[in-house]
Amino acid sequence: MLAGWFIFAVGFAYVSLLFAIAYYGERRADRGRSLIRNPSIYALSIAVYCTSWTFYGSVGRAAAGGVSFLPIYIGPTLAFALWWFVLRKILRISKTYRITSIADFIASRYGKSMVLGGLVTVIVVVGVMPYISLQLKAVSTSFKVLLHYPEIVMPAEARSVAVFGDTAFYVALAMSAFAILFGTRHIDATEHHEGIVAAIAFESIVKLAAFLAVGVFVTFGMFDGFADLFTRAAARPDLARLFTIRGGGGYVQWTTLTVLAMAAIVCLPRQFQVSVVENTDERHLAKAVWLFPLYLLAINVFVLPIAFGGRLIFAQGGVDPDTFVLTLPMAGNQEWLALFAFVGGLSAATGMVIVTSIALSTMVCNDLVMPILLRLKRLRLAERRDLSGLLLAIRRLTIVLALGLGYLYMRLIGESYTLVTIGLVSFVAAAQFAPAIVGGIFWKRATLAGALAGLVLGVAVWFYTLLLPSFARSGWISANFIDDGPFGLALIRPYALFGLTGLDEVSHAVIWSLLVNIVGFVGVSLVSRQTAIERSQAVLFVDVFRGSEGRSRAWRGSATVEDLHALLARLVGPERADRVFARYARVRGLDLARTVAADARFLQFAERELAGAVGAASARVLIASVVEEAPPGIDDVMEILDETSQAIEYGRRLEEKSRELERATRELRRANARLQELDRLKDDFISTISHELRTPLTSIRSFGEILADNEAINPAQRREFLGIIIKESERLTRLINQILDLAKLEAGRMEWHMVEIDPAGPIEDALAATSGLVRESGIRLEVAVPDRLPAVRVDPDRLVQVLVNLIANAVKFCDPDDGWVRVAAAALDGFLTVEVRDNGPGLGAGDQSRVFEKFQQAGDTLTERPRGTGLGLPISRQIVEHFGGRIWVTSRLGEGATFAFTLPLANARKRAAR
Amino acid sequence: MRDPRTTSDRNRAVFAAGVLAFTVPVLALFNVEATVFGVPVLYLYLFGAWGALIGLMALTARRAAGDDEG
Repeated sequence: MLAGWFIFAVGFAYVSLLFAIAYYGERRADRGRSLIRNPSIYALSIAVYCTSWTFYGSVGRAAAGGVSFLPIYIGPTLAFALWWFVLRKILRISKTYRITSIADFIASRYGKSMVLGGLVTVIVVVGVMPYISLQLKAVSTSFKVLLHYPEIVMPAEARSVAVFGDTAFYVALAMSAFAILFGTRHIDATEHHEGIVAAIAFESIVKLAAFLAVGVFVTFGMFDGFADLFTRAAARPDLARLFTIRGGGGYVQWTTLTVLAMAAIVCLPRQFQVSVVENTDERHLAKAVWLFPLYLLAINVFVLPIAFGGRLIFAQGGVDPDTFVLTLPMAGNQEWLALFAFVGGLSAATGMVIVTSIALSTMVCNDLVMPILLRLKRLRLAERRDLSGLLLAIRRLTIVLALGLGYLYMRLIGESYTLVTIGLVSFVAAAQFAPAIVGGIFWKRATLAGALAGLVLGVAVWFYTLLLPSFARSGWISANFIDDGPFGLALIRPYALFGLTGLDEVSHAVIWSLLVNIVGFVGVSLVSRQTAIERSQAVLFVDVFRGSEGRSRAWRGSATVEDLHALLARLVGPERADRVFARYARVRGLDLARTVAADARFLQFAERELAGAVGAASARVLIASVVEEAPPGIDDVMEILDETSQAIEYGRRLEEKSRELERATRELRRANARLQELDRLKDDFISTISHELRTPLTSIRSFGEILADNEAINPAQRREFLGIIIKESERLTRLINQILDLAKLEAGRMEWHMVEIDPAGPIEDALAATSGLVRESGIRLEVAVPDRLPAVRVDPDRLVQVLVNLIANAVKFCDPDDGWVRVAAAALDGFLTVEVRDNGPGLGAGDQSRVFEKFQQAGDTLTERPRGTGLGLPISRQIVEHFGGRIWVTSRLGEGATFAFTLPLANARKRAAR
Repeated sequence: MRDPRTTSDRNRAVFAAGVLAFTVPVLALFNVEATVFGVPVLYLYLFGAWGALIGLMALTARRAAGDDEG
């Protein structure tokens, strides 16, 4: 007698062990010593494919149909034989683009479509719910059967048991706790749930060991080996019939189930979860590819012996073949083996429930709830500060809801069906994804519209030919429409659609649903057009091995780095966002502190990072919320335009850059030329100064030497020589003063004492200062200056200097025989004009501007003795220009020269200022 | 590194062999009411062919693991 509390305690202990293993797995992962980074563990985790449906249901199916259960396991083997083309590609795509679930995968392929992702999720939820309920039912049934040990009593319907007395209820509770605890630790759904994978691998070992133990006991303990068992079965005509596949219908069923299972191993959400999302290393696939089929082979070897053993031993009937795995050890009075079998079934059930609920939670959160919440502008979700808590809450709630619904389904419907049939309903639903997935990774022309059409059509047929009749059989709706067709339309009877008869209901549903699915998918793809993003995603998926990662459709437009960081921080937490940004900056060699705008590449990177947390469709919406993007117009044209305009834009920028470079080069060249010119001028200036200084010095020195050497020089000559020395010294002094003046003027260090003054005064002063010179040279000086003139704002001393300069020059150069100089001043049009005219040799056109440059004197300085320092006029020009005036000369050769300058009148200047 | 096409071809060949072994013409050959050592021929064939297929897959997968890029 196995007491209820004892079985319950064993079950509880087993689940506790699972928690411990999962906890240990997480600890190891946290310390960087992963438990699951191992191809064998990976293969064992894929064996989550074998649920309680395998554990109990295969025997049930074999007991009724012989080998008809085998395609469910040969199909995956064939699918894995194609791993090089299919699984490896799906794995690479998912890893490259951080795919989080099967819904995410399909949605991403078809242009990150939220509609498609949501549709897939809904199909998964509806399709997989019976499957979860099936697991709960198996646990509940096996518990009740075991409870009556050693009597073999088939349990009453679950409906008769109160919820709180139902084992399945507690299993559901424990499983949701487990899934929440270990399945929603990270916000990033692409991160591995190491604890769960470790626990699943352990469960795979347990269920295999339990099943083999029962198989060995039945075959060799209750019978005398395979030969004995089959020989005794052959003696019974109803059993011998099961040794072969029956006729045409049998082959069709065989083939359709094989195809169905091939699709299921890829498309079932839990298989996608363990073999793609939880995969830690692509290379593990090469080993799992034969290890997992070997596992399937091993767990199936004893299915037929147990089935026949059960039918032989319980020949009187009354025992459900679905319970043979449990009831045969009971019949052999092996209570520990029976208990082990119960634990094996429990592990098969819990593994499936845990992985499926986690896959569901990711999908429902990322592909159904989040996109809807993000669309609801009223919630302003995209602006919320921290969304990671919300994400986790949605996922946890989904797990609880999924298990709750599964339990409800079991209580309401599940009792009316055998295990295998319920499982197959789910298989057919999942298989509807196969055309979209396989077509998606090999056929670039497959469009979103095609995928939607195929899915909708396929699922509609599935619903009509399989799910609806299952409701009818459970007594929920009238079963009449199964036999007579809806409204008496016999042509569309759900089990014989368009007159297709002679098949079992599952084969019938598979053939019709996949047919319309594929026809819809291919047909609509051929007549519809891809949008730009669909096309780029198609290329990325199909050509994933060609390293086309960088060609992903770029964001047109940009966002600020700050916004992007805030967005990421809200969804994955600030620390992770910091890490992610730092990594990007390192790879791209960016200085984040100085980067303001995030370019298309940055956006794409952030989008992919976000996709790992919330799925591709939501990630796109979220990024779009911070990007200022120009909305795409007619997509097809835009795509071409986009590429072309990118090239043009690129070329334009290049051109701009090269123009800038040219401009800079020109400026540099000009600056360089100017520098060289200045350098030359400085050299000239210095050599000229030295020359100018040497001339008077030489004559001073020569005359000084003559005087010193010749004592006998006569006094008259001595006086003459001394006179020259004095004159030259004066010239030297003047020269040095002028050089200092010029240097000050040019450096802007001249002190100015600006006053408003009647210019007549300074003119008179200048005439007085030069009167000696004029008298000495015996020229005629004419002065035409009014007594009073309007005031000008000047430094009077400097104005005198200018005038003296001009008058001295004029005196110096005027006709030596009959020379005259005319000084005139007048106020006109707001300006004072002063002219100094002489009747000297005049200046050529070339000399007229040159005389105002430093050390430039009219005439040939080499042949003629210089008559000035060559600095007077440059200084005068600097002074006049400082007063705001202008100086110039008008002259013709042989006709004298007129030097003139203007100064603005003080009141005119004020008026202008006002 | 081997020519990746060889790996592809080998994988295709294994898959084709699997399909051939488990579909009608060949399957029907073994779908007979006879036993060998007391075990039905169909059962022996199915598990034997399955095991052989897995063996072939293991062989090609190991070779493929060496040259991963395709």
